[in-house]
Amino acid sequence: MKPDQSALQVRRLTKRFDRLAVDALDLTVRTGEFYALLGPNGAGKATTLRMVAGLLRPDAGSVSVLGIDALSDPVAAKQITAWVSDEPMIYDKLTPLEYLEFVAGLWGIDPAVSEPSAHDLLVSLGLEPHLHERCEGFSKGMRQKVALAGALVHDPRLIILDEPLTGLDALSARHVKGLLQDRVRAGCTVIMTTHILEVAERMADRIGVIAAGRLVAEGTLTELRQQNGHNDTSLEDMFIALVDSEAAAA
Amino acid sequence: MSSATALTWFARHEIRLAWREWLAMMTGRRGRKRAAVIGLIVFAAIMHLPAYAVIGRFADLQAPLDKSSLIVITATILLAWALMLSQAIESVTRVFYARADLDLIMSSPVRLTNVFSVRIAAIALTVMAMALLLSTPFVDVLVIGGGIRWFAAYGVVIAIGLSAAATAIAFTIVLFHLIGPSRTRLVAQILAAIIGAGFVIALQIAAILSYGTLSRFAVLTSDAAAAYAPDIESIVWWPARAALGDGQALLCLLAGSLLLLGAVMAIFSPRFAGTVVKTSANAAPVHRASRIKSFRSGSRQQALRSKEFVLLRRDPWLISQSLMQLLYLVPPALLLWRSFANSSAAIILITPVIVMAAGQLAGGLAWLTISGEDAADLVTTAPLPPSRVTRAKIEVVLIVIGVIFAPLIGALAFTSPPQAVVTAIGVVVAAATATAIQLWFRVQTRRSQFRRRQTSSRLATFAEAFSSIGWAATAALALSMPLPALVTGLVTAAIVAATWKISPRRE
Repeated sequence: MKPDQSALQVRRLTKRFDRLAVDALDLTVRTGEFYALLGPNGAGKATTLRMVAGLLRPDAGSVSVLGIDALSDPVAAKQITAWVSDEPMIYDKLTPLEYLEFVAGLWGIDPAVSEPSAHDLLVSLGLEPHLHERCEGFSKGMRQKVALAGALVHDPRLIILDEPLTGLDALSARHVKGLLQDRVRAGCTVIMTTHILEVAERMADRIGVIAAGRLVAEGTLTELRQQNGHNDTSLEDMFIALVDSEAAAA
Repeated sequence: MSSATALTWFARHEIRLAWREWLAMMTGRRGRKRAAVIGLIVFAAIMHLPAYAVIGRFADLQAPLDKSSLIVITATILLAWALMLSQAIESVTRVFYARADLDLIMSSPVRLTNVFSVRIAAIALTVMAMALLLSTPFVDVLVIGGGIRWFAAYGVVIAIGLSAAATAIAFTIVLFHLIGPSRTRLVAQILAAIIGAGFVIALQIAAILSYGTLSRFAVLTSDAAAAYAPDIESIVWWPARAALGDGQALLCLLAGSLLLLGAVMAIFSPRFAGTVVKTSANAAPVHRASRIKSFRSGSRQQALRSKEFVLLRRDPWLISQSLMQLLYLVPPALLLWRSFANSSAAIILITPVIVMAAGQLAGGLAWLTISGEDAADLVTTAPLPPSRVTRAKIEVVLIVIGVIFAPLIGALAFTSPPQAVVTAIGVVVAAATATAIQLWFRVQTRRSQFRRRQTSSRLATFAEAFSSIGWAATAALALSMPLPALVTGLVTAAIVAATWKISPRRE
């Protein structure tokens, strides 16, 4: 890896379903950055991130993860990436520890490393009393925490999260946010979509706003305020103004 | 809205839901009503041919019948009743556990006893409608061949449909109170899966033990059965006599069934609400791991394989769905065991049974491992090529098939080595074909959708069934008539090739 390398570099990324979902999108996320991707429903956030994670094949464009071309060498890119969706997909018949053992096995992590790490992660997310219970009876919040622990157990360098706080109670959300900030402090890069603008406002180093498959604004909160011409505007106001102006332009 | 109007409205709502569920099951998610109706008519028309082959020769039967005929007809009605009971138990558990509208109904200002009476009646109606639909080709054949008196058979179908639904409702609610909500679901679903098959298999086992043949008719038409059966005037034969057009017996049967359903509705409707509340309150039992194991090292494919084995082992409901196919192996295994003693020629019959069971079981397992992936995103984003994921999943199917069928083939090798070789080849080919079809037609979904796997692609379902039957026939013929075996083998291979050609994944 080269010094000062981008964690994610997306160039002219395009995806069309029955309509254009992502429109020649350019996006760069720096290493060690907490990046929040915002946008209204159907703006193309999840489609973009699913293409980055290797879940969707783009129609055109390029995706580079820490210098690795994710389209020509997806296995190498996936080795250092983690994906968490808003709908936690875990196995009902496995316990959280067994689920993490499976994930560590898929990523080829030495059990001597993954076992204590799995235990620590689950404990830090408040799942210690449920380590050996099957996930079938878990609430959505508990399932989301198991999925998140699974994403972190292989120590990824790029974590992509699509609405990770959906369904979490306040305490669990705080746990998750704390865990993600710890990872960023340790040099990991986090890209997260969220509809909770306060989370983006408080946690993100930079914020990108996407509408109709294109990046319509990007920067730190201060930069976004300057772009918008009002230093005291809230992110919510700026977001609504940006989305409205894009809708009017369309 | 008056209470009568509300009930009529709710009954219409129930019938509409049942119709749409049925339509979804027939057509998948697309809900093409016209195609479903046309398909159903074509299917019903085609079903007249096997119906004629099975039942055509009985159209001339006239009352009074001898004991053997009464036994055969009564056993057939009992089998139909068992199958309807199994279907009804499935419907009742679905109402308890899977209907998303229960919260809405329970929180609405309607009298729950009335509403649940309608729901019980709707279950009975659905079961009866399905029974009428499936029995139509058979009754038609009897009416065409033996005259309008056979129309009475429809009355028998209605009566046994109503009584099966009533029994299923009473059975499930009683079970619920005896063993609790979580166990009831499992036990009811397992019972539903094996009840129909169990009846046929029990008859086959009796036939093997008594006569050394797989034919269940050997038992039913035997002197021993006639000796044990009640007198010709007994009430036990009323369903058979009703089917033959005895008006008095038919009226009694219909009245008895309606009374039974009425009693079940009166007794259990007030308890239905309480049962539903308990179900939602105890929806998920807590399963704890029995011992704490250390993380195991191994390759990424090993991780995938061991995950699949654990998931298969821990899902009794899925096992019960596959169990029905495995149950059909019990009679051939028994026949094999007996043939050690008396070298019966009937042993040749077990090859097609084993080959067909292998094909069907492999199809189900392949769907579970390949299409029924609950964490599809996780596996897709894992750092290993898709081909290695697929290979690991196919290995799981073949290992399970090997573990189940190797002992049978091994035992066969002691009796007839050439037959063991042919059977082994048949098992491998049938399992590989069924797995390949699942790969070509895979649609990612959740494992809990296993019950509806046939609806995701009708073509895949038929191709899987035809290839299993084809390879079973080929294996059976290969043991006695090699040239016809070559023909059936080529026809089956052509079916598989045509399936591949039109499959969405052939690229």
